[in-house]
Amino acid sequence: MAETHSLQDMRQQAAIAAKVFIQRDYTNGTVCQFQTKFPSELETRIDKQQFEETVRTLNNLYAEAEKLGGSSYLEGCLACLTAYTIFLCMETHYEKVLKKIAKFIQEQNDKIYAPRGLLLTDPIERGLRVVEVTIFEDRSLGR
Amino acid sequence: MNNCEYQQIDPQALSTPTPTPTLPPRPAVEEERTRRKWEVFPGKNRFYCDGRFIVAQQSGVLPLTLGLILVTTVLFFVFDCPFLVKHLTVFIPAIGGVLFVFVVTSLLQTSFTDPGILPRATPDEAAYIEKQIDDSGSSTYRPPPRTKEVMINQQVVKLKYCFTCKMFRPPRTSHCSLCDNCVERFDHHCPWVGNCVGKRNYRFFYSFIVSLSFLTAFIFGCVATHLALRAQGGRGLIFALQESPASAVELVICFFSVWSILGLSGFHTYLVASNLTTNEDIKGSWSGKSGAEDPGNPYSYNNIITNCCSVLCGPMPPSLIDRRGFVPVEESLQTVSTEMELPMLAAKKEINVVGGPMPSQLPPLLCLAGSLPSTCNPPQPD
Repeated sequence: MAETHSLQDMRQQAAIAAKVFIQRDYTNGTVCQFQTKFPSELETRIDKQQFEETVRTLNNLYAEAEKLGGSSYLEGCLACLTAYTIFLCMETHYEKVLKKIAKFIQEQNDKIYAPRGLLLTDPIERGLRVVEVTIFEDRSLGR
Repeated sequence: MNNCEYQQIDPQALSTPTPTPTLPPRPAVEEERTRRKWEVFPGKNRFYCDGRFIVAQQSGVLPLTLGLILVTTVLFFVFDCPFLVKHLTVFIPAIGGVLFVFVVTSLLQTSFTDPGILPRATPDEAAYIEKQIDDSGSSTYRPPPRTKEVMINQQVVKLKYCFTCKMFRPPRTSHCSLCDNCVERFDHHCPWVGNCVGKRNYRFFYSFIVSLSFLTAFIFGCVATHLALRAQGGRGLIFALQESPASAVELVICFFSVWSILGLSGFHTYLVASNLTTNEDIKGSWSGKSGAEDPGNPYSYNNIITNCCSVLCGPMPPSLIDRRGFVPVEESLQTVSTEMELPMLAAKKEINVVGGPMPSQLPPLLCLAGSLPSTCNPPQPD
């Protein structure tokens, strides 16, 4: 909790210089994937490789959530047989992966982005449309 | 009825986005209870049980649908089953019961589940997209409908810009004018069910119409058998109908519904097998037009079983609107000050405001973070 406290402090103390929105990549259909193209606004703040690695890991996690495979079919069929009432008591596979993604983003923010004055917002808070990267002004971090 | 806790702010003072107009009420806001996101939801939906259930603004003919199903099934159990159990088998009410449970559960889930509503773009996001569009084109006047082309599985697909939600719609997403929301994998707005049918509740809808067609056909068959058995021994159909008038009612209801429901089930089975939506099928998005080579559906897996499995048994996507989450206090203040500018710039009646009996846009926006009726949102005046 101490880490999130420092992030929130930073948000309150530092002024937001800009926000960059990483859009969705639809080349493979409607699966949730984000563009790995490095935005020009972040050039001065973070390493291109680092950023692309983050987005790629996110994309892999979302692919895992939406994977059509044995376990998801089993979950689907079981749900159908119980007239979908198991969704009331069971957490779906997707929700489990979303929790993993939330943890991953938190981790990335703490280790990599916060020290550089950046903040990643979990895409689920933006309707899985964009990855919002908030760029804070440099002066408050004494860089 | 609307007791606004914010002062009425002069619209002219809003041209500069300074936070000073909101500073005086700030202490009042912290004492107010935190609001859940469903209470400030911009679409035309109604919420029950503190945001747990979501329905369209007009329930359509959902009560009629439920009523017809209940009445027919109850009549069946009361008037036909005793006779059939005595003369045939006890499995008849058992099968009827199971089918009835399936029908009602899937109907309620279709009606009360979020169909895959996309939350509207935040002001920052909308501004970023606007900037990107203006960078590529002229910004002296509002250009014609904005589209963006993307390549999906080696096929060009046009994404349209939604002026209400202020974003480029993802593929297969459509804006429902009745609910005033963009819905992912939009199939259609079903008045019988009182909700849109989209990505998240399509499987419930499909299971509803399939189980309903089984139920209707089953009841029709059983009632026909019942009347045939009663009419045996030369007594005639009229005599049978006089003995069991309820069966006549059931027969009529089932006869008229079974064709349409069976037809609908067949149609949706075809859609599921080819991974299409009703919207795409009606518009002919992927059928070969103007003699050009058939582009084909880029979302199809070209395998009927895979298509069926992905649509019906795929992973259940989460609800993106987070109805029961709490509205962050600082963000609600920020959005109040920034949203006030948007109606003046856009000058369009798009921003649908929750609650507020006044048709003008600004005063209800000021009251947005104030108190709103806590019960279901009243129907919009227009």
